[in-house]
Amino acid sequence: MSTRHDEEPLLIADGLTKWYGRNLGCRDVSFALYEGEVMAVVGESGSGKSTLLQLLAMQIEATAGRVHYRMRDGATRDLALLGEAERRFLARTDWGYVHQDPTLGLRMTVSGGANVGERLMAVGWRHYGRIRAAATDWLDRVEIDPSRMDEAPLVYSGGMRQRLQIARNLVSAPRLVFMDEPTGGLDVSVQARLLDLLRGLVADLRLSAVVVTHDLAVARLLSHRIMVMRGGEVIETGLTDQVLDDPREAYTQLLVASILPP
Amino acid sequence: MSAPIYNFAYLDEQTKRMIRRAILKAVAIPGYQVPFASREMPMPYGWGTGGVQVTAAILGPDDVLKVIDQGADDTTNAVSIRKFFVKTAGVRTTTRTRDATVIQTRHRIPETALAAHQIIVFQVPIPEPLRFLEPRDTETRRMHALADYGIMHVKLYEDIARHGHIATSYAYPVKVDGRYVMDPSPTPKFDNPKMSDCPALQLFGAGREKRIYAIPPWTRVVSLDFEDHPFERYRFDATCALCGATDSFLDEVVTDDRGGRMFVCSDTDYCERRRADGEAA
Repeated sequence: MSTRHDEEPLLIADGLTKWYGRNLGCRDVSFALYEGEVMAVVGESGSGKSTLLQLLAMQIEATAGRVHYRMRDGATRDLALLGEAERRFLARTDWGYVHQDPTLGLRMTVSGGANVGERLMAVGWRHYGRIRAAATDWLDRVEIDPSRMDEAPLVYSGGMRQRLQIARNLVSAPRLVFMDEPTGGLDVSVQARLLDLLRGLVADLRLSAVVVTHDLAVARLLSHRIMVMRGGEVIETGLTDQVLDDPREAYTQLLVASILPP
Repeated sequence: MSAPIYNFAYLDEQTKRMIRRAILKAVAIPGYQVPFASREMPMPYGWGTGGVQVTAAILGPDDVLKVIDQGADDTTNAVSIRKFFVKTAGVRTTTRTRDATVIQTRHRIPETALAAHQIIVFQVPIPEPLRFLEPRDTETRRMHALADYGIMHVKLYEDIARHGHIATSYAYPVKVDGRYVMDPSPTPKFDNPKMSDCPALQLFGAGREKRIYAIPPWTRVVSLDFEDHPFERYRFDATCALCGATDSFLDEVVTDDRGGRMFVCSDTDYCERRRADGEAA
């Protein structure tokens, strides 16, 4: 898939820096993400990937730098200047956030159907039948048997929880999804199915996504572009295939070389 | 032996002023939970310490007080709070809804329609309607501030998904004046419609949780619902065994251990009036 450069970028990060006291979260990260584009952020633990994701999603405040986003009305705005109500509205209509740990992204004690329907109710849906129909449709799309929609995710398996979390995020037809290790903690066969599903959804819905992962296989399968981080700084960027097949930086070479051959 | 000397209505005047300020603010922002410096009262939490403080702050020597507990004037909670104010304020008391100027209530609104000169004070155990799904108070306050109430419908959705209808039968969430979502205290949802456009001032006091909120007279109170599952009042499909009322909220009274039961009005005053009127006629 090619990006359309005649368009304005959807998301622009400009010099994002985060200090936790004297510890560096990430430093001077800049990039632009276009509609329909998936970018993977890879690196080892502590490299600043998750900090970057939280900065982009406005979950933490940047020490320096800005995030601009092109709203649905076409206007590109500085996210730090949005009011909290606007930011919340954005976060649950136009954005998704898939946590590594689905218990963080789900309401574990209410049913799967209500989990999916919550965003719809938050934006004013007041017809039970229609909310339920939308939830059923989405559960089906993420391969959860709708006969289990009235069960709480507490009794779902790990893979189902993660798929439920994805459905809950995508029900509002977001344009941008943040994913933090979406396949972490799942066993290999479940990972493979989830990746398949995600890849299909991202392509069908023309989603933009920022995927944080330490798993280069995930990056290769899902992303168009890749950003390698180390020690809080971006050390290499480029098209995914290009970076993975022909890594320039020594660290990236090490990362790629450390994948076990199949 | 002389009884200890209390200030009028137990609380000192500075405390009453503090509570009145909270009440004024609550009236100014219908449905908003105003924090106040709730005092220790000489009764346990859960017995209506919030309601008692509100009543103490608004009571004057000329007021006539009625106290009900689940609609009844003669249960422990009602009797002891009534005694408390007789002792500390010396006010007149009544069981007649029509004669009262201040009505403190636990979990009911009288069947007799309230009038403009009356104030009804609710005892509230949990003032926060969002707590069911969002346990963090910092977060629920933000949600109130931003009118971010989608979560309330998640609760109602769950009801329908599990029971086929909205099974919440008490503490049924309402939206006050088109803005704040409010817990009407554990009154049966049968009473919710009485809160809307009521000529009397409605005050809510939560002692343990240190919150006061209010519905000013003639304020619109809407029970939350879905378009295809509208709000419905609920009462047992029966008539009162004592007065034959078909429109009042009924209590189920188990009369033996072989399944015997009867339904009687939960509002004892209403029931007695009806019986007295019936005998006179």
